[in-house]
Amino acid sequence: MDLKEKLVSSFLAFENQVDVEAYVHGIRTEAIKTFETNGFPSKKDEAWKYTSLNKILKQDYSVFPKHENDIEYRDVKKYLIHDIDTYKIIFIDGKYSSHLSETTHDGMDICLMSAALSKPKYRLVIENYFNNVATKDSLTSLNTAFSSEGAFIHIPKNKLVSKPIQIVHFSTGNESAVLLQPRNLIVVDENSHLQIIERHQSLTDNPVLTNSVTEIFANKRAIVDYYKVQNDNENASLIDSTFIKQRQESHVSAHTFTFGGNLTRNNLNFYQHGERIDSTLKGITIIGDKQHVDHNTLVHHIEPNCESHQDYKGIFGDSSTGVFNGKVLVDKEAQKTNAFQANNNILISDKSSINTKPQLEIFADDVKCSHGCTIGQLDDDALFYMKTRGIPEKEAKALLMYAFANNVLESVKIPELKARINKLIANKLGVDIGFNL
Amino acid sequence: MLKIKNLHASVEDKTILRGINLEVKAGEVHAIMGPNGSGKSTLASVIAGKEEYEATEGEIIFEGQNIDELAAEERAHKGIFLSFQYPVEIPGVSVTNFMKTAINATRKAKGLDDMPAKEMLKLIREKSELLEIDRKFLSRSLNQGFSGGEKKRNEIFQMAILEPKLAILDETDSGLDIDALRIVANGVNKLKSKDNAVIIITHYQRLLDYIIPDFVHVIHNGKIVKSGGKELAHELEEKGYDWIKEEVNA
Repeated sequence: MDLKEKLVSSFLAFENQVDVEAYVHGIRTEAIKTFETNGFPSKKDEAWKYTSLNKILKQDYSVFPKHENDIEYRDVKKYLIHDIDTYKIIFIDGKYSSHLSETTHDGMDICLMSAALSKPKYRLVIENYFNNVATKDSLTSLNTAFSSEGAFIHIPKNKLVSKPIQIVHFSTGNESAVLLQPRNLIVVDENSHLQIIERHQSLTDNPVLTNSVTEIFANKRAIVDYYKVQNDNENASLIDSTFIKQRQESHVSAHTFTFGGNLTRNNLNFYQHGERIDSTLKGITIIGDKQHVDHNTLVHHIEPNCESHQDYKGIFGDSSTGVFNGKVLVDKEAQKTNAFQANNNILISDKSSINTKPQLEIFADDVKCSHGCTIGQLDDDALFYMKTRGIPEKEAKALLMYAFANNVLESVKIPELKARINKLIANKLGVDIGFNL
Repeated sequence: MLKIKNLHASVEDKTILRGINLEVKAGEVHAIMGPNGSGKSTLASVIAGKEEYEATEGEIIFEGQNIDELAAEERAHKGIFLSFQYPVEIPGVSVTNFMKTAINATRKAKGLDDMPAKEMLKLIREKSELLEIDRKFLSRSLNQGFSGGEKKRNEIFQMAILEPKLAILDETDSGLDIDALRIVANGVNKLKSKDNAVIIITHYQRLLDYIIPDFVHVIHNGKIVKSGGKELAHELEEKGYDWIKEEVNA
């Protein structure tokens, strides 16, 4: 039985575990049908032309992992930003860990999807928002069908959430291979401000496939900063689909830092429903070995006077491969749109490769849209310059790569996170260059 | 200190240096002049160890050792410094952090521990005063958005910090206004001692009014065709390079 069949036949058992009376029952049933009809995407699909799931789908994934574990804080501390106070929503093999988490219901809800899906007091929010912006593509539908756990965050209006929220999914490797499908819903109401750091981390080398879906709603003048830290083990693959619906004058930024993992696919979709919206999509990818990273972005400009800024930097070593597929869609009504997109890459090995494809579809006539992509090597003159100052080749290369990626870090607003990313970059580049990058 | 014997060098199969002979002793200042395309900057790059340039014949001896096989950074560790005609911009890395990296890389090569932070700050402050460099300048990204003069001043600042035995200044005077020229020359003069040496590569005599050379050499067509004292620079300034070319061809 292949994975698709296994999933489809597991669906009934899954629904019996959860509440079939719930509002989402209908949505789940619809979603499993969509998945059953379409199956996993293949390279024949335009959006998956350069990313093949074949190899990772061959594993015999456990769909309902065992939930016993003895993970303590000290085992996972290093994966958390622990030098500042944060809310934490932590999952182990897909199950919420209350003793590692720090949630709240005090004036806002920073808690669990399972609670939101089942408790009557959340019903209105769920009906309004759940599966509202997520697309009906096959993998998202698969997640929707099995959606039961993840982070549920609802910030009422006029609230500045002073502590960042960390959403971390750990996998223990207690099963030989595991499929995880976290589902997050984040609703930020008028004038409120929220920062989120998300990470998926396996604690062993056993294969993990995570098919994660996040929906974010930024209402009027809300500010949301979302940071994705992707530095997983070599047998961990991640398909992350994030859908963001913005209302007028809201500002949402998503930073994606990808250094680890086997196969990583990021679908990041922004929909601008309102005027004077600002959307920021930034990413640094530094990979090697046989790693593969695919960034698939969409910014849909629906109304006038909005902006979007995309800036993705990639450094590819060994036999690693990258994809950047950035689509900017400007509707006829979306006059005075200002859309900027850049994708710059450095290939540091003859065997590495990147496929980059900007797609601009513009139906308005008074807009400013720019895009550019570059693929290059490290500048020999710059390397020579540094070497004449006594800096060895390896460190010189690292400094140059850091200089190349650096501007993406400038917009990271949490200093401790910035320091952490700097450290991860230095580790990834295999250098200690004498100062904190 | 430096002995260059019959040096031939080429880049991408194009021969540029055709038998350079030069000896520089500690305490000396040598000026190398010549028309555009004569091989001046190539000579500087070859001594500093640029990989694209291949020394096809002859040898470069520095402090008694043939340095032909040494990488650029190893030559730097031995005390060779090149001030670039076109310094490279490195965004995101401040002048201070770049210098820390350079200093500690050199110390590491010599088996020393990192320089203590306090000592480092003191050194950087002292040398920035010497070159009349503003403190704000030190936190800016290396060479990014610097004016031509600022870039050159920053080169000499780096030289002041690294204290090389042999400093090669490649067209350091180009792009400098008279005030910057004076500051740069003053910096070089203050760093000069009986134990180190300077090679000034220049098209014009201007800088040599401030840094007085002991010897002046003229390169033409990849060879040193004439050597003399500081008067030679004046003569070149007055008469241009054509008479040298004629003399060589005669």
